[in-house]
Amino acid sequence: MITNDMTIKIGGEAGMGVESGGAGLTRALARGGLHVFGFSDFMSRIRGGHNFFQLRAGVSEVFTFAEEVHLLIAFTKDCIERHRHEVAAAGAILYDEALGVDPESMPGRGVLACPVPFSKIAVETGGDPIMANTCAIAAAAGITGYDFERIREVLEENFKKKSEKVAAGNIAVAQAGYRYAKEKYSAGFKYRLQAIGGRKTEDRMILNGNQALAMGAMAAGCKFIAAYPMTPATSIFEFITAHASEYGIVSKQTEDEIAALLFAIGAGHAGLRAMTCTSGGGFCLMVEALGLASMSETPVVVAEVQRVGPSTGFPTRTEQSDLEFAIHASHGESPRIVIAPATVEECFEAGWRAFNLAEKYQCPVIILSDLHLSSHLQSIDKNRLDFSKVKIDRGELLTRGDLEKLRDYKRHLVTDSGVSPRAIPGHPRSVYVTTSDEHNEYGYAVEDAETRNKMMEKRMRKLETAAREDMRPPLLYGDPDADYTFLCWGSVYGSVRESVDLLGKRGVKANVLRFADLWPFPIEKARPFLERARHLVVVENNYTGQLAHLISRCACVEMDTKILKYSGRPFSPEEVIANLREEARIHV
Amino acid sequence: MSNLDDFLSPESPTWCPGCGDYTILKCLKEALVTQGLAPHEVMVVSGIGCGSKVPYYLRSNGYDSLHGRALPVAQGIKLANHALKVIVVSGDGDSMGIGGNHFLHAMRRNPDITHIIENNQIYGLTKGQFSPTSPKGFVTSTSPDGSLEAALNPMVLGVAGGATFVSRTFSGDVRHMVETLVRAMKHRGYSVIDVLQPCVTFNKINSFKWYKERVYDVTKSADYRPQDRKWAFAKALEWGEKIPIGVIYEDTSTPTYEDQVQVLQEGPLAERDERERPIHWRVLAGEEKLKRAFC
Ligand SMILES: Cc1ncc(C[n+]2csc(CCOP(=O)(O)OP(=O)(O)O)c2C)c(N)n1
Ligand code: SF4
Ligand SMILES: [Mg+2]
Repeated sequence: MITNDMTIKIGGEAGMGVESGGAGLTRALARGGLHVFGFSDFMSRIRGGHNFFQLRAGVSEVFTFAEEVHLLIAFTKDCIERHRHEVAAAGAILYDEALGVDPESMPGRGVLACPVPFSKIAVETGGDPIMANTCAIAAAAGITGYDFERIREVLEENFKKKSEKVAAGNIAVAQAGYRYAKEKYSAGFKYRLQAIGGRKTEDRMILNGNQALAMGAMAAGCKFIAAYPMTPATSIFEFITAHASEYGIVSKQTEDEIAALLFAIGAGHAGLRAMTCTSGGGFCLMVEALGLASMSETPVVVAEVQRVGPSTGFPTRTEQSDLEFAIHASHGESPRIVIAPATVEECFEAGWRAFNLAEKYQCPVIILSDLHLSSHLQSIDKNRLDFSKVKIDRGELLTRGDLEKLRDYKRHLVTDSGVSPRAIPGHPRSVYVTTSDEHNEYGYAVEDAETRNKMMEKRMRKLETAAREDMRPPLLYGDPDADYTFLCWGSVYGSVRESVDLLGKRGVKANVLRFADLWPFPIEKARPFLERARHLVVVENNYTGQLAHLISRCACVEMDTKILKYSGRPFSPEEVIANLREEARIHV
Repeated sequence: MSNLDDFLSPESPTWCPGCGDYTILKCLKEALVTQGLAPHEVMVVSGIGCGSKVPYYLRSNGYDSLHGRALPVAQGIKLANHALKVIVVSGDGDSMGIGGNHFLHAMRRNPDITHIIENNQIYGLTKGQFSPTSPKGFVTSTSPDGSLEAALNPMVLGVAGGATFVSRTFSGDVRHMVETLVRAMKHRGYSVIDVLQPCVTFNKINSFKWYKERVYDVTKSADYRPQDRKWAFAKALEWGEKIPIGVIYEDTSTPTYEDQVQVLQEGPLAERDERERPIHWRVLAGEEKLKRAFC
């Protein structure tokens, strides 16, 4: 028996409830005290096609997915065709009996073929074929011997919102599916899931990066969000909007992304903590406004959740190809800060920290996330997202008292740090104009060379100040004295971290340096780590190796090996190791 | 109370002598004084163009944004602090060419913003190319054989698009402009003013004289019915030998956008109690509730 260490994959057409079923199962497992990591792979369509949801459960924290599947739940023949080779020896395939799949056609290798009448049970017990996915996840609990009560709880909560009748129907279907799979297949299946006693169900949260980021922004006192829907950023906008009235936030859907950032700039100028969120395509439209925020020294936060590009690319797949774009977006040279969280917890922190940085440096701050990070579900202990640790730093924002004393106010005063005291418009002593044109300290447009130089230097100086005072060094995980040092940023970290552990078990000493504060690049803080490394291996979800470029140009350090992937799919730890073996010619 | 000197800027206008923008600046100041508004209560947002330089020449809160982008910046400011009197000044190219999409959507929302369109039927600052309001056949450096596109009419767009206040005035009539501006600013909602603003340097056709010969004050006509959208539409379409100026449409029943945002009913967000309390107090208080939804 192997208990509490397994991967379950659920697949079918869009509209069959693959994702909702998967999320329900994930929650039911987390409630039993297990740690889970779930991600979905879905196509950019509303019906049909092939989607899957993959979840991994374990006793300790899970940072990524694994390739080997122990239980495949198939709603379609196509799903079996596509994924049966991924099923481990002694794994099982649960599928709808109605598919008429010949059990003999299964992969062999001891893989169990387990037909269950998903749709028949759904219709006969629940009265609705749509409940087949409920039947399937309950069957998964049945075959693994998991506590049915946890499934029941989650179904009840999810469906009660619709009606008592729908909830009762789903629970009845679940009971039938659970019993069927348990009685028929459980004894022959060696993988087990078991609730861990002594934990309170409400101690552990299940959430994705976008939800964490949105909560972080709210925890920072974000009072304004304007956006235009674009996958995979939309759920940030939706989350904040859902809570807007309750928490005193204005949410505005705009005509396009150009307007979205400009609305946020307007609100930021008027004194609110303001943000927008988008993906690469929308960020393209924001570029001119980004320069405006830099020039007018307006604090604003842009959450850019990357997806596959260029152009429309793969709307529902992951990539990390906007790093260099984010750093340079806009014509001219202008200050901005770019930070890239790598875990769900860090999304929360980035969500609030971005507002402090934006107000402290009075410039745009870009939170660079990616689709995989934005949408994978992860279990996190509740106390790890601690709102009381959120610090609010509004930088040189003038208080009412300061404003009363103000004389001859210069909004763009030249200072050593590059940051000028900021007044919110509306006070008689701080009447000023600001502009996208080059301007003097008062904000009036000017054209003389001397002022231009001074103002340009003032603005750019903020980057030096930020690099010194706020940008953090890369984070090291693993043995500092390693033979191989991986470098990465963003969601790739989860798999790389795990490959470091796996390599360790196989006798290869590796560690990983993760860069979260990317611009201004903290050169001096990163250098000692880079110099110490013996063999540098960058791992990125892009074609050109953008972190590698950044390190090369900022720190003059070249990578020994580059592992790059741009298929739109996330790296698995096994894949990282296989690539290392091939690219660096080592035997592991 | 305020007076004209309060609005005096240290900067002097750089417009060509005789430009219609001078009248707009002067009348805007007068309209503000007439209403007793002080500089700190007013926010003037502009785009880029000759006319968009107004915020430099008028002492008040000002934001000179990007070409075509004054409206979204202004709407963001208004949502953040609706106590500010927000005024957009922007050219015909700014408002209807590069910024046309923002114009369409501002009309649908009805923010309490006054939008002064400085309509010289040309791109002034880039030295004389045809604009969205240039008539078909207009000869410029980029339309040497005459432009092939029909002109947009701001008043037609305004009435059709759902603006709740649509008007036109003329840089050659100071009294009329002040009156129209005051009426527009007093209107609660999105007020559009199409200002016939001669560009004396690059538009040799639509001169002060050309307009003077054609404009007439529509508010003085016997059948004046600014509450009647159909009538307004008919007036908006009038363009040629006779050009109506004055308020043609006024809808006072539609609530402003800000009126409909629940969060704003307790007062302007930017001026809330947050200065006394930590700005994130609400979310701190809601921490448990927010997190529990994920358990
Ligand atoms: C994105 C962008 N494109 C082009 C320009 C150049 N440009 C500046 S003003 C202007 C046209 C101005 O015309 P209008 O808005 O009618 O204002 P006017 O100068 O006539 O008052 C143009 C094309 C710019 N500043 N930004
Ligand atoms: S170019 Fe035309 S619009 Fe611009 S300042 Fe001169 S006269 Fe006025
Ligand atoms: Mg013009």
